[in-house]
Amino acid sequence: MAACRVVRLTRTKLGRLIMGLSLSKRELLLVCLVSFVGLVLLPCLNAFVPPDSFFHVSNFSITLCGKYLCYAVLALGVNILWGYTGLLSLGQCLFFSLGGYALGMYLMLKIGNLGQYKADIPDFMVFLEFPKRFPETGGLPPHWIPFKNFWFATIAVLVVPALSALVFGFLAFRSRIKGVYFSILSQALTYAAMLLFFRNDFTFGGNNGLTDFKFILGYDVNSNTTKRTLYIASGVLLLGVYLLCRWLTQTKFGLIQRAIRDSENRVLFSGYATVHFKLFVFVLSSMICALGGALFVPQVGIINPSEMAPDKSLEAVVWCAVGGRASLVGPIIGAISVNALKSYATRAFAEQWLYILGGMFVFVVLFMPKGIVGLPAQFAEWRGKQQRHKASVSAPTPPADEKVNDTAIISSK
Amino acid sequence: MKNMFKSILAALAVTLVTLSTMAAETVKVGVLHSLSGTMAISETSLKDILLFTFDEINKSGGVLGKMIEPVVVDPASNWPLFAEKARQLLDKDKVSVVFGCWTSVSRKSVLPVFEQLNGLLFYPVQYEGEELSKNIFYTAESVNQQAVPAVDYMLGEGKKKFYLLGSDYVYPRTTNKILKQYLKSKGIPDEDIEEIYTPFGHTDYQTIVAAIKKFAAGGKATVISTLNGDTNVPFFKEFANAGLTSENCPVVSFSISEDEFRGLPAKELAGHLGCWTYFMSLKTAENAKFVGDFNTWLKEPKVTGVDYKVSGIDTKGRVTCSPMNLSRMGVYLWKQAVEKAGSFDVDKVRVALIGQKFKGPAGEVTMQDNHHLINNVFIGETLPTGQFKIVKALGPVAGEPFSSKFLTAGK
Repeated sequence: MAACRVVRLTRTKLGRLIMGLSLSKRELLLVCLVSFVGLVLLPCLNAFVPPDSFFHVSNFSITLCGKYLCYAVLALGVNILWGYTGLLSLGQCLFFSLGGYALGMYLMLKIGNLGQYKADIPDFMVFLEFPKRFPETGGLPPHWIPFKNFWFATIAVLVVPALSALVFGFLAFRSRIKGVYFSILSQALTYAAMLLFFRNDFTFGGNNGLTDFKFILGYDVNSNTTKRTLYIASGVLLLGVYLLCRWLTQTKFGLIQRAIRDSENRVLFSGYATVHFKLFVFVLSSMICALGGALFVPQVGIINPSEMAPDKSLEAVVWCAVGGRASLVGPIIGAISVNALKSYATRAFAEQWLYILGGMFVFVVLFMPKGIVGLPAQFAEWRGKQQRHKASVSAPTPPADEKVNDTAIISSK
Repeated sequence: MKNMFKSILAALAVTLVTLSTMAAETVKVGVLHSLSGTMAISETSLKDILLFTFDEINKSGGVLGKMIEPVVVDPASNWPLFAEKARQLLDKDKVSVVFGCWTSVSRKSVLPVFEQLNGLLFYPVQYEGEELSKNIFYTAESVNQQAVPAVDYMLGEGKKKFYLLGSDYVYPRTTNKILKQYLKSKGIPDEDIEEIYTPFGHTDYQTIVAAIKKFAAGGKATVISTLNGDTNVPFFKEFANAGLTSENCPVVSFSISEDEFRGLPAKELAGHLGCWTYFMSLKTAENAKFVGDFNTWLKEPKVTGVDYKVSGIDTKGRVTCSPMNLSRMGVYLWKQAVEKAGSFDVDKVRVALIGQKFKGPAGEVTMQDNHHLINNVFIGETLPTGQFKIVKALGPVAGEPFSSKFLTAGK
């Protein structure tokens, strides 16, 4: 379906914009094919094929894939910062979580009185005695009230992380904080936020966070149909973010972005305000991560401060490295493959899986600097080297006197 | 003659087939404990004790004639991963029952999964209550089986002032809220109850200990501690430095058991108190057998009767503790219920579980219809070896998850 739509769109204005992506035919075909399999075929196999059939895709797999897709969105967010602008942020999961919390608050309020206490407010507010703290609203903290509306929560998913990124980015980039210092600072930021959210007085559920969701937009959040819809939504989001990043990197903006990565001072001296460029990318990345987080939460059913722990953000960076940074497909492949391996290994090798994953990361860093997507190029290079080596071996050695001449010239200097 | 030969062959074939199917008949059981990450240090012990229990049961013939086949997964102290692994165990592996979880947040994360897929979970670690799911059986101590009896004991010892100190988690918050109400109902005035929380990973206890010293000046004060794991070390160091001892201001901790002392310096805590439904030092025949058998098993860990390779078991300085005992008793209660129901069907087992009794190392327990145990409560004094000397047996207490119920009942 997505494929037909893309083809039809080529004739409209938006279509021209998409053509402006200058996707090569091969890439277009590949994107269409993957989208078709991911967005149409798999959900159909889940919905219409009987469970005992070989071709059936189980509900478990669909939920799992939905989670991977959200991680892939997060990885794209990290990559547009790191791979294309050279800003290694070790705190992107903060925005992922903020997006998750914003939607989680909506989901929390939709539980209604089906919680453990059968009260109108979420359970944690009951046992933290919020009705005493906020008597005028019946226990609901004032900033929770607008989250009863889905549209408000959706706006908050984008605006809250964007604003946080804007403030933090402005302060950091204006002070010319670069390189490892930026990485350390971003890590400290997410750690601080985690400690803040851990506090029960902060009104976001403390250590337990937000969980036990029941409904989203009136539908049972745990039903298989909803799970499938959420999976498709994640797929569409990933496709959209991919096309957006693809378009952005092709524009002049993208060129400056990469120039900043390779030599920021030169860009600065050429008259570009690099701070603004970096700030824009940082905010954009935070919004992408937040969208991923917002779809992640209803699928896994929990959001709590441990998602803000620095190691989660580090993990996202590892996905990019494994898949291949500075390419758009790389982080997606990395996020999905590492998480799929993790899902498999925590069941099949419950005791040893960390060694397997750790060993793989070391291998990638040492022997595959361009990640999985860089493998064909690496292989071609290796083949080329071999051929050149063969050619040089079979070629006649240059005359001896030339060599003598060279050394003579060098020594005379 | 030919016919007879044929029938003998057929009979042989039938017996062979039944024999081979009998040998292969197993029942899958899920083990959902973190084996890596921050919780691994606590949860790995529970995985070990579960494997030991499965071995024990398989040696004596299994459950309904079927061997228990463990399906061990590692949710890696990652709460969303807990939900994923729970779904995998129930949906993919089709396990009959799951034993697992340590932190409340992990239980909260898997609860919707168990309710949706109608699974069965046994939860073995003391917790704050305020929850009741038809798909979860809580062999864990509820607040009225640990905190309330401990405070009662301290009141009996003539303590009049209570300093409630905890990490800022839901468990300490809820426990202290309940204790506060309880103490008030026992006539302790507001000014003699102090309630303080320190953030996650807090290490600087100077100001708090100074405040405690002032608070304890009269000599009738006690500290009720719900501090988590590592933060106990700086707290107790500071406590001793300030000249406070178990004599002038005893501390009762709810989160430290024998197994935690493998990673904590017990000397710093010597003389202070703990309250659990089991201590390794209990002198009963069942306990001696439990501790002895577990130590023997550690030398050659395996699960009899099934093709499962046990690996990565730490054999140094192993102890038993209350969560381990409750974990093991959960398996036996499930086994008895399955045998009573004559089926592994969750709905049938759930009904059969109510009223099950088991004579454990700390005496007999009974599963009530509120999915909590009637269990025996003990007060123990910490020894420098990391063991507890039992100072008082408080007898059986019926677990009740909702504080609103036992607080009104007590009045």
